[in-house]
Amino acid sequence: MASRADWLNVSGRLEQYEEILGRETVDELRLVADRVRDRRLQNINSTPVGGGVAEILTRMIPMLNELGVEASWDVIKGDQAFFDVTKAFHNALHGKVERVTPEMFDVYRATLEENLRTMDFNGDVILLHDPQPAGLIQRKQEIGRRWVWRCHIDVSAPQADVWEFLRPYVEQYDAAVFSMPEFSQQLSIPQYLVAPSIDPLSDKNKELEPEQVDRVLEKYGIDRERPLLIQISRFDRLKDPLGVIAAYRMVKKRQPCQLVLAGGGAPDDPEGEQVLREVQEAAAGDPDIHVLLLPPFSDLEINALVRASTVVFQKSLKEGFGLTVSEALWKRKPVIGGAVGGIKQQIIEGVTGFLVYSVEGAATRAAQLLADEQMRRTIGENGHLHVKQNFLLTRHVKDYMLIMLALEHPREHIVYLD
Amino acid sequence: MNRCAPFSFYTERRLVLLTGRRARNLEELLKHLGEVSGACVFYHTHQQYLSHHFERPLFFNDFASWAGRALQERRLAEQLAAVDLLAHTTIRQVREEVIQILRARLEEPDGGVRACPPGDEFHFCESQSFIMPTGQVAEDVKNFFAKIAEVSNLCLFFHFFEARLRLGRPTNDFSQWLAYCGYDRLAWAIDALDPYAMTLGELQARIVQLGQQSGLA
Repeated sequence: MASRADWLNVSGRLEQYEEILGRETVDELRLVADRVRDRRLQNINSTPVGGGVAEILTRMIPMLNELGVEASWDVIKGDQAFFDVTKAFHNALHGKVERVTPEMFDVYRATLEENLRTMDFNGDVILLHDPQPAGLIQRKQEIGRRWVWRCHIDVSAPQADVWEFLRPYVEQYDAAVFSMPEFSQQLSIPQYLVAPSIDPLSDKNKELEPEQVDRVLEKYGIDRERPLLIQISRFDRLKDPLGVIAAYRMVKKRQPCQLVLAGGGAPDDPEGEQVLREVQEAAAGDPDIHVLLLPPFSDLEINALVRASTVVFQKSLKEGFGLTVSEALWKRKPVIGGAVGGIKQQIIEGVTGFLVYSVEGAATRAAQLLADEQMRRTIGENGHLHVKQNFLLTRHVKDYMLIMLALEHPREHIVYLD
Repeated sequence: MNRCAPFSFYTERRLVLLTGRRARNLEELLKHLGEVSGACVFYHTHQQYLSHHFERPLFFNDFASWAGRALQERRLAEQLAAVDLLAHTTIRQVREEVIQILRARLEEPDGGVRACPPGDEFHFCESQSFIMPTGQVAEDVKNFFAKIAEVSNLCLFFHFFEARLRLGRPTNDFSQWLAYCGYDRLAWAIDALDPYAMTLGELQARIVQLGQQSGLA
């Protein structure tokens, strides 16, 4: 089992990317890296494990360092009350109605005050991820530097009180970064579009031997012979796990199949346990539904489960980006996704998967895919290529390095570099 | 062979900037189009050429694609797609022609009545380009055609598309340099290529072919 610290010290991997992605991709990275070498990029977020942001940072920091950028990663500290508040903020920014009280804003402010006292801000560029640490921008007035707010969530229709609370913080940054054009806001600062990414060399995405896959299926009592539907995600209502169970039940009336709902928890998601209980209740009595709460660092198991699957769901009702889609596409699996957020960028309708708007839509598409092996194969190949060209870590790292350069050339649409 | 200064190949990397502006119908599209930067107009008339497509897109111009797909304005989409980018030497001219087409449609009795479905709005973006040398330098014209076969799509895009329309040069960089070196006919032949009617790969092959036909590649 690898710890976060182990990953962050990994180096010498660029050659491995070259093997998978070709020399041109890595040369391109070096070309940009030469222009930002030795600058310090400090990342700050709210959790060291669980969720897409921590995963991306775990993989991105070593690559940046190997390219000569001094990248680091700090995590803010907060108690349960703080994470309850930021979870409510998260839901409200996604457009879910949340009752947010003045006391909750006080909890947020007080926690960030505490972090301002203890955190060392040492980056030339300080990149803060999501709303949880956004208020740390207050330190900018004192120490200067360049500050960027990276918003990974869908804020296209935010609850007004929460967004208006955050906006004054956001507008103090030098720039904001969003994953989709739809997420952008009318802001007084530059806003960049950067899609997140997956790492083809990570335990979650690397090639596995068939025996490794078999061992995982055996461990969880999953039948290798019958088709397998799967959704990998945190136990979160916005991922609609109950909708997936309902779709599976419709499919099962027509074709034999099994369902795996697997995911981990995250320390900054206190709602997860309750949703897990609801899912377990809904699945009770059906031995073909496997609800798996996986501990942190279960990436190899997740990889094996997806590789063993026939069709992958990501039936989210709201989504920042939904990297599980790219993870499945990279493994040449057809994906049925909710037509929300970044899933719409990853799934090209009928080409790399299907976008759905309902339980019925998810069930219909799953039944179609289960019945047509050739369709699964074609869509799987397309999906792999789509991810290779758009959603891999190498492109993401390049974009961040370009943002570091962009901050030195504000308001210039064309920048000449020697 | 004429002597001339070496040709340095440049490439570009791009970041996409979001303006926060969005349009739900033609009136809003027109309003924003009159206010956005030239970089925004360039982005929406060129970004498709750098994207990978599983199928050739119906239209390479984002305004046309959106009008056809989200507003079901098929005639308008065709008119917008027909804006001849080669006929213009500045982004300002491109913008004016697009605006003229939109105005004409809005003046028709049923113009501007349609709105896109929620979630299908047009989002105005622009790009920030970082131009840097590739390190490849052609010492002479023969060497130029050897190198051109190896350059990336981004390099080609910079010298052919970006240099001419966005940087306001009279022709693409290759033709300009070849003319400077005394190869006027070759310069003209490359200038006569329509890069908007082919992929970047096809454009590259056509340039190499012209070099071969001239006995230079």
